[in-house]
Amino acid sequence: MQKVIYLLLRRMRLPLIVLISTYAISIIGMTLIPGMDDQGNPWRMDFFHAIYFVSFLGSTIGFGEIPYPFTDAQRLWTTVIIYAAVVSWLYAIGSILTLIQDQSFRRVLAQSALARKVRRLQEPFHIICGYGDASSWLVRELNDRGMQCVVIDSNQNKVLDLDVEDLAYSVPGLHADATEADALITAGLKLSNCIGVIALTGSDTCNLTIAITSKLLAPELTVICQSDAADTAANMASFGTDHVVDPFEIFGMRFAMMFHSPSMYLVYEWITGVHNAPLSDFRNPPHGNWIMCGYGRFGKAVRKHLAVEGVDTRIIEADLGLTDAPEGAIEGRGTEAGTLLLAGIKGVNGVIAGTDNDTNNLSILITAKTLNPELFTVIRQNHRSNDAIFQAARPDLVMQPGTITAQYIINLILAPLLEDFLKLAHDQDETWANVLVSRVAGVVEDIAPETWAAEISPLNTPAVFDCLIRGEEVRLSHICSDPRDRDVTLPCVPLLIKREDQSVLLPEMNEPLGPSDQILFCGREEARYHLEHNMHDHQALYYSRTGDDRPSGALWRFLTSHVEQKASQ
Amino acid sequence: MNLEKVIFAFFSILALTLNFGFFIGELDDPIHHNAYELFAALTVSLIATIMKFGDRAHIGALLLATSLVADLQLITAALVWGYAAHISDSGLTPMAVASIVSMSGGALLANLVSVILLVIESITFRR
Repeated sequence: MQKVIYLLLRRMRLPLIVLISTYAISIIGMTLIPGMDDQGNPWRMDFFHAIYFVSFLGSTIGFGEIPYPFTDAQRLWTTVIIYAAVVSWLYAIGSILTLIQDQSFRRVLAQSALARKVRRLQEPFHIICGYGDASSWLVRELNDRGMQCVVIDSNQNKVLDLDVEDLAYSVPGLHADATEADALITAGLKLSNCIGVIALTGSDTCNLTIAITSKLLAPELTVICQSDAADTAANMASFGTDHVVDPFEIFGMRFAMMFHSPSMYLVYEWITGVHNAPLSDFRNPPHGNWIMCGYGRFGKAVRKHLAVEGVDTRIIEADLGLTDAPEGAIEGRGTEAGTLLLAGIKGVNGVIAGTDNDTNNLSILITAKTLNPELFTVIRQNHRSNDAIFQAARPDLVMQPGTITAQYIINLILAPLLEDFLKLAHDQDETWANVLVSRVAGVVEDIAPETWAAEISPLNTPAVFDCLIRGEEVRLSHICSDPRDRDVTLPCVPLLIKREDQSVLLPEMNEPLGPSDQILFCGREEARYHLEHNMHDHQALYYSRTGDDRPSGALWRFLTSHVEQKASQ
Repeated sequence: MNLEKVIFAFFSILALTLNFGFFIGELDDPIHHNAYELFAALTVSLIATIMKFGDRAHIGALLLATSLVADLQLITAALVWGYAAHISDSGLTPMAVASIVSMSGGALLANLVSVILLVIESITFRR
């Protein structure tokens, strides 16, 4: 705001000086020019009358000759004043109008309005740089969960898109280049309630710059970056970027998991799923030979993970030299039958359309399916706006880099424990995963389960914490029971307890809790509310631990203890 | 040579001298204090104030503040004059003149500070 006032004052200097000079000269003239009173005596206007006269004359041009009719000399001067005043007012007003229409002024105005909005944010917020497919998902999901964020994008239209999105909380959007430190600071980088920076600009170099800037200016912030290339990712990690997200790598890993352990894949899908999404069904991909069209960063990541599972892939790539394709790769786009036949489409089990062009990918899919209807099809969808046609093409598996990135980041933000859990789960076998699937399936209905974490601390879970401090034992079963009937277990599955020294994977219900435990749950949304109530409310916890419904009012408590004392005597 | 500084110095010093010219003389004697001088001092002071608009330097802010003080005092003096000469029944009494002149004395002090700041600024200005 200060900047705006300065700019306004600076630009208004000359017009104001012109106005003041015009008025001063006019007033002086009026006092110097001889007049005549009603008796015909010579008379001179004094300052008081001159200021009064010029004031109403200059601004409205509706004047009466006061206090006596003017002499001709006075009338001549009045004519001069009329023109001078009108011209200088026009000049002053014109300057203001020009200033308001000035692009740089409007930009400063918009920036200071944004800075004000950001300062007014009460809750912790994230700065999201770049507003593309992944970011719009992310903003929506964070918004649904009541988390604030600020968006920076160098494209004015994308910032305007934010306003028309139907979001529960308004998201401040800044039109600026996020690689400039000033833009990040305007977006609130240095405010105490800024908790993280997420760089999703679509360019690795820009993301890298944003990460460096944020880490230098605010080292304690969590920085999450998207990166598609291994060397930038390593560079980002080297100066402390907290999380580097590579959607291709994540997809490659998950896809390989479908071959390795379908139950584990299902667990992944469920607990990392989108808020309120319907439970997904999936078809197991066949082992054997696969054809992969496009050997860019996506193709390389997927091929690497498939090779671990022993799945052989044949490459079709338009530019063999540039992508450094392996021996035996076929040159071509894969959109025409010839290339696919050459790659042996009739004898393979699956095809992956993984180029960076959505139209080509669809064309590959349709051509391949015509040649071999039994194929398992995997397709990469680069732009979310193509949703409708991709659904119509009915592929078995769609890979959307934006969605994958957004989901991964949401889990990082909302349930940091999830990463620990997934790492531990990865080492388990198929039987373990089957048990978990059946347990989770037992508590959820037809929408994906919620995943959330709880931390035992004086602030978050005062009831549990107080009990533990007093040396009383609290078990997992105590907090997982329905506060209305403690014999009913809430529809949730505790996935992990993390302590300083150990992690308990899938803890049993009689597991005792410690004072700094972090617990990861998965289950229905309603279970979460009851669980939090149990951990928060002393009465509820007392009931679930002992089965006694303790009186809460002071008077009733006194009476009960009195009666108990009497009884014991 | 910076033309902006020259013009500003001109207006600042002119405001001071005009102010001084009005102020000097017997405190309550209307003959010693000319209305035109007060008017000129006020006008020049206003222009000097506007020239400091939008100056983000620290000394610029101080100059703006002192100019505003001078303006305020001179406007008050002019208002008292207008009231005494035209609205009150007793006219321009020595008492009214005395309060007008002392107001302009206050403005004179502010203008003096303004010029001192200006001198300090030009001394520290090395180029």
